[in-house]
Amino acid sequence: MSKRIELKSLDVYYSSFLAVQDVNMVIEPKAITAFIGPSGCGKSTLIRTLNRMHEVIPGARVEGQLLMDGEDVYGPDVDPVRVRRQVGMVFQRPNPFPTMSIKDNVLSGYKLNNSKMSKTEAEELTEKALVGANLWNEVKDRLDKPGSGLSGGQQQRLCIARAIAVEPDVILMDEPTSALDPISTAAIEDLAVELKEKFTVVIVTHNMQQASRISDMTAFFNIAGTGMPGKLIEYDKTEKIFSNPGQQQTEDYVSGRFG
Amino acid sequence: MTDVKPKAVRRLGDIVFANLTFLAGISILLTLATVAAFLFAQSVPAFTGEPIEAAENGFWAYVFPFIFGTVYASVIALAIATPLAIGIALYISHFANRRFSQILGYAVDLLAAIPSVVYGLWGILVLAPFLTPSYRWLNENLGWVPVFGGQVSATGRTMLTVGIVLAIMVLPIMAALIREVFLQTPRLHEEAALALGATRWEMIKMAVLPFGRPGIISAAMLGLGRALGETMAVAMVLSPAAVISFDMLTSTNSNTIAANIALQFPEAGGNYTNLLIATGLVLFGITMVVNMIARWVISRRAEFSGAN
Amino acid sequence: MATSQLQSTFQGTRDLPRWVSPLMLVGFFLTSFFLQSALASGADSVEINLVPVAVFGLLGYAVTLYVLSRIVEGVRKATDRLVTTLVSTAFALALIPLISLAYTVVTNGVARFDMEFFTFSMRNVVGEGGGALHAIVGTLEITGIATLISVPVGILAAIYLIEYGRGTIARLVTFFVDVMTGVPSIVAGLFAYALFVIFFGPGVRMGLGGAIALSVLMIPVVIRATEEMLKIVPNELREAAYALGVPKWLTVLKVVLPTALAGIATGVMIAIARVIGETAPLLLIAGFTASMNYNPFDERMMTLPVFVYTSYANQGVDMQAYVDRAWAGALTLMIIVMVLNLVARLISKYFSPKG
Ligand SMILES: Nc1ncnc2c1ncn2[C@@H]1O[C@H](COP(=O)(O)OP(=O)(O)OP(=O)(O)O)[C@@H](O)[C@H]1O
Ligand SMILES: [Mg+2]
Repeated sequence: MSKRIELKSLDVYYSSFLAVQDVNMVIEPKAITAFIGPSGCGKSTLIRTLNRMHEVIPGARVEGQLLMDGEDVYGPDVDPVRVRRQVGMVFQRPNPFPTMSIKDNVLSGYKLNNSKMSKTEAEELTEKALVGANLWNEVKDRLDKPGSGLSGGQQQRLCIARAIAVEPDVILMDEPTSALDPISTAAIEDLAVELKEKFTVVIVTHNMQQASRISDMTAFFNIAGTGMPGKLIEYDKTEKIFSNPGQQQTEDYVSGRFG
Repeated sequence: MTDVKPKAVRRLGDIVFANLTFLAGISILLTLATVAAFLFAQSVPAFTGEPIEAAENGFWAYVFPFIFGTVYASVIALAIATPLAIGIALYISHFANRRFSQILGYAVDLLAAIPSVVYGLWGILVLAPFLTPSYRWLNENLGWVPVFGGQVSATGRTMLTVGIVLAIMVLPIMAALIREVFLQTPRLHEEAALALGATRWEMIKMAVLPFGRPGIISAAMLGLGRALGETMAVAMVLSPAAVISFDMLTSTNSNTIAANIALQFPEAGGNYTNLLIATGLVLFGITMVVNMIARWVISRRAEFSGAN
Repeated sequence: MATSQLQSTFQGTRDLPRWVSPLMLVGFFLTSFFLQSALASGADSVEINLVPVAVFGLLGYAVTLYVLSRIVEGVRKATDRLVTTLVSTAFALALIPLISLAYTVVTNGVARFDMEFFTFSMRNVVGEGGGALHAIVGTLEITGIATLISVPVGILAAIYLIEYGRGTIARLVTFFVDVMTGVPSIVAGLFAYALFVIFFGPGVRMGLGGAIALSVLMIPVVIRATEEMLKIVPNELREAAYALGVPKWLTVLKVVLPTALAGIATGVMIAIARVIGETAPLLLIAGFTASMNYNPFDERMMTLPVFVYTSYANQGVDMQAYVDRAWAGALTLMIIVMVLNLVARLISKYFSPKG
């Protein structure tokens, strides 16, 4: 299952501060879409609106429309908790639950929601998710050890396993490799490419090479100055953005002339 | 979508849990309000009911010596404890080495863990006899200082002993609080002072003390709050009399409100109980004001709390 | 800082040898001691007074060290040494009562720290013998009930303040929790009495009332400790749970609380240790008795701190027996408090989640 996400004149606020203004774009299923742009332009803010994590912050709100396979995510009787079950998220810093074992971390999406499952079901699911996150071979002998005992890269893959274990339609990743070494980064990148076979993948990155290596579509955001809202400047095929962008700002940014 | 918020979908579990915690939070306000209300309600008969023998000249004449005793004992305690607390805090934060200072911190915290009834027992059976010769010495040599005059108590159960016991009791919380503030002195300031060639004391004078002044003030206020309300140690150590006296070394001392309640309440009946509750309400009022001022001073500064 | 002062740093570079200061300290104390005892033996009273010994010994040491350092090392170094002496003295002064307390409680407490003390009440005991079983039972019951009340209320209130509370009400609650930590314990006792009088009439005495009074003292401590622990649970864990589609209440119950559990348990232990030694409120509302009473909902109930107090305050003919029991009670109480504090530290050391 993989869903198409449509953003229609989306404005994102923190209380009265307009952080991201008027975004219109279509995020394709079974593809990787990269968000790039200078710091503070609202990439994290925008990606967090896709699974309604934005509103967790007091005073934060969203205006405009966000459709997922045509369904309004911000509709009046949509339960944000349900949305988040369909849209998984991986954070900048690996954040496994410190009180849980590796296995429990993988199953946390179920366990925390009091879902019952049989032992064999749980084992199958753990293996499937860990294999899917390319972590199985490294941890299969220590599933009952705490997740915080893993290396940073392994922890991040554990977080990905946790996210895909609940079988979402979309996976969001906010700078998933910025806290990792090059080898762990390569592992996560490979994984992202595998994940797009099944999911809609959105990734925020500061690493231009990473965006050009793995993404199919790239969205460039920019900000006119501090206190101004971030805006979507250009959205196109990754190749086009990096070789022949339509906007001067985009070209400046991807060629490293500012930002 | 305009300013009319769409009705957010909320789960039953969330609603129940959020309201439960809200109730618990509100219960704090309710409790304090109830404390004040019930004490007030139970105080009224002391004024409206039959006259009480112990308070034949009226409530305020009855309670005033106790207010005086409460404040006097606490002020003595504070006068002793504040410089000591600053010294201890400085010692732990800037003089002892790191490992050692942690152990010392525990040792001082242990003082806070000792029950007041144990302090009382120790105060009367150990400290008071130990101090008596010194009191005699003070009286002989410095008797011309008003507070050291009078007939020296033979038992040592004096205002000064009470002040010392109270000082020991409030020392840990004051030292802990001041230590926290001192430890937060910006390292940069300290290093700047040392780089200028300052000795350790000059650095403390230049960087640590000015930075820590509000912390010292609020620690003193909190210590005062504790000392004002301390009961058993005073009830056991002090030899009380119905007087207002500044003498620190005699056996006729003004009692404190709290100790008077503890001594009289078990035997009291009828209106007398209400009279004692009324004095308790006065004590409640005094400590609340002191604590609120302390909290206010602290809250303007940073997040410290006497509870830990 | 003026340049002239700076230069003086480089002028007075000669330092006193390291052994000078400790040697002088010992020297002055001995001198002071012998001087005092010589004086005392001359006078008609033969008491040796340790307070002046210490005072004059220290004074002599501080002044001489200052003068010596001033001559050899310069003014600034001398002042520094003086302050060091003062600060260390302050610290030593605080340790003296701690050591004296521990020493006297242990040496006086062991006399009656025996089987009988832990297996008998004071019913029909006049003079020697008897024990504090009734008081220990009472303390356990009353503190237990107080804990049962305070822990849920305290933890929920802390969750409200950290996870839900916004705006004026939350700020008010925060402020009054702080204020509540300052409620004198005797006032808590009066409150419990004033509350129970309504239902049971004047002169009411009941273990439950003691538990209520202790709760008033305990709740703010539990709230503060829990708050501190909830604050240090990283926000990322909450977000991780939300992002998995876990509702907020389950996130709090199953992610935030377990992560903070060791710290909260530590805080609860310390809160118990703090109220288990409370005397005044229990004296007022739980009262005192010589007999066993297992029922906290009826009649007077003895508690350990009140036992210590009444043993001392209402001494019978055989005074020493009463005082011995008071010390034994004090020793028991101190051991309980120390064990609670120790357990608290161990919990926080071994059970906090790593990483
Ligand atoms: N919790 C918040 N409350 C108020 N304003 C916020 C909050 N979080 C972010 N902002 C503001 O929103 C704007 C966008 O921030 P955001 O974190 O989305 O940027 P970003 O593009 O992800 O930057 P980076 O590349 O550094 O991660 C910034 O101006 C930021 O200050
Ligand atoms: Mg970001």
